[in-house]
Amino acid sequence: MNKKFTAVRLTCAFLIAFIITVAIIFSISEEPMTAISNLFLGPLQSKRYFFQVFASAVPIIFTGLALGLVFKSGNFSMIADASLYTGGVVAAAIAILLPMPMIIHPIFIFIAAAIIGGVIGSIPAILKVKFKANELVTSLMFNYVFFYIGIYIVNTFFVDRQAGTFASLKYSPTATLGNMISGTPLHFGFVIAVAVVIFLYILLYKTKFGYEIRISGSNPEFAKYSGINTSKVIILTQVIAGAVAGLGGAVEQLGMYQRFNWQDSPSYAWDGVIIAILSGNNPKFVPFAAFFLAYIRVGADLMSRRSDVQNELVSIVQAVLILFITAERFMAGWKQRQEAKKALKEEA
Amino acid sequence: MEILNDIWAALSVPDFYFAMFRSATPVLLTTLGAMVASRSGTNNIALEGTMLIASLVGVVVSAFTQSALIGFLGAVFSGFVISNILAYFVLKLKSNAVISGIAINTFASGGTIFVLYLITGEKGASTSLHSLKLPSINIPVIQDIPVIGTILSGHHILTYVAIILVAVIWYMFKYTKLGMHIRAVGESPDAAESVGISVKKVKYIALVISGILTGMAGAFLSMGYVGLFSSGMTAGRGYIALATQAIAAGNAVVGMFASLIFGFCSSLANYLQSSGIPLQFIQLMPYLIIIVVYTCYCAMVEKNKMKRQLNQKKGETHVK
Repeated sequence: MNKKFTAVRLTCAFLIAFIITVAIIFSISEEPMTAISNLFLGPLQSKRYFFQVFASAVPIIFTGLALGLVFKSGNFSMIADASLYTGGVVAAAIAILLPMPMIIHPIFIFIAAAIIGGVIGSIPAILKVKFKANELVTSLMFNYVFFYIGIYIVNTFFVDRQAGTFASLKYSPTATLGNMISGTPLHFGFVIAVAVVIFLYILLYKTKFGYEIRISGSNPEFAKYSGINTSKVIILTQVIAGAVAGLGGAVEQLGMYQRFNWQDSPSYAWDGVIIAILSGNNPKFVPFAAFFLAYIRVGADLMSRRSDVQNELVSIVQAVLILFITAERFMAGWKQRQEAKKALKEEA
Repeated sequence: MEILNDIWAALSVPDFYFAMFRSATPVLLTTLGAMVASRSGTNNIALEGTMLIASLVGVVVSAFTQSALIGFLGAVFSGFVISNILAYFVLKLKSNAVISGIAINTFASGGTIFVLYLITGEKGASTSLHSLKLPSINIPVIQDIPVIGTILSGHHILTYVAIILVAVIWYMFKYTKLGMHIRAVGESPDAAESVGISVKKVKYIALVISGILTGMAGAFLSMGYVGLFSSGMTAGRGYIALATQAIAAGNAVVGMFASLIFGFCSSLANYLQSSGIPLQFIQLMPYLIIIVVYTCYCAMVEKNKMKRQLNQKKGETHVK
């Protein structure tokens, strides 16, 4: 019953989001059919666009995993944003300033970015454990702090003054990730993302520590009385989440860019929220949720290039989906009626 | 040492304190909003998005009606509408308030650009719209006093409104039925329900009040000194209000001082831009200082709690 109910609810949430999207497009566009066909079918039009979806899914797989892990432990830190951005800066710094041989270069970068991402991730967690400071509040503000520090580092040590806009010097070719399928933007970062998915799935569902995380999240009182060190769980999950996000920032930089040009912090961490929710905080489902969002994103980019509807439409769709999927009582009436019907049938 | 001189130079100018009140205003209004919601037991993360939407609505409505007042009312009304949406999901459909808030913020950051582009054909700022500003006010008598006049007079009308609202909210929590109901619902919903208070209704009213106050903050941003909307212009002020609100612990007057800390930092940041400190360090300072103050506050509360528990235990052993 519950599984069926979840499926029906998800379908309804998607339907509502779909109807709202179509309604908005029809009310503002002069070429609504072009817009709609590009939004929903655009990515299927060519091999390039299709693999663009996979490439766009990579950074949000990382943030989806990071946020899912934090949510699973019952905490609510948005520090993945800072970890990801700083991970990207670290990647840029090492890719430009430290010459190294092929293969070793990106591996060294990934390790460094993950460590620094993890350190950043630990800060709100430590403030929470030590001083009871709400991790959501502190992480939201640390995001700004680390964003400005990142900009400062790029600006001071390896900015390209010849470039017209904000951009770093070019990365050493030994550092950048190769394309998996030539002629498409899909790079080997995708493999790393899948490896992290598997790692986190095993960690969460096949280890003792994963069990502790899940118990702390679902029943914190019980966790405390059964002797689980909840402080350790809080800090370690956020360190791992930060490391995953930091790694994601580095992978994205080395896979998709030749130089660092994130003038604003990318919204990947916020996208991670919807991915965590869609996947039910289960790493197994994160790639699918990320693929869905990336598909819509690529479609929306095509739509805004080829019609008069802008790609910011996606964030409206995203918000509607989050709101309806997490609404506990959404469709509760339907569930009740179904249950009543079933009960009546059994009686008869 | 040079930096200390720069800071000292900034602090000795009356205009510095004027700018402090100016920067504090939107945070103060939002802090009051966050406080009302929080005391009713709802953590309103949507403030950031609400403020952003309100600042766009204020600009657009004032540009089309050519009336600053109607623009302001439009901004406030948009705060009212957004808080109703939030209340519907949180109170009626039992959504997680934080996640719903994040949804609304996501909606606001993209949606405002989407609408701005529809109206102006641009994604960055509303420069092509002829929007209006709300007036500044000179206070008679006070404006003639040297120094104090420069600091306290000539502010934006919403700055004075915010200060009046501090008194109003303080009074509301202390002496009115509504204020007590909000506190009761926040502290113990079950107990409140048992004495016949409608928890849902009170929480709804609190959320709506917080939406309206945040709408005013949005209007201040886009119809205050700048007179235009630019994408992402709230720059985390809604999140800062969550911290200042926590520092205030439900006291509107303390909330005002906490907001002034932020105002002080961003005013100082403005004054230090010509000094040798890298721009980015100046920009991150207000956020960092609020984190430090907030964390110290939390540590203090925790310490007091421990002390009380310890004392209680001592007391118990005495009785035995």
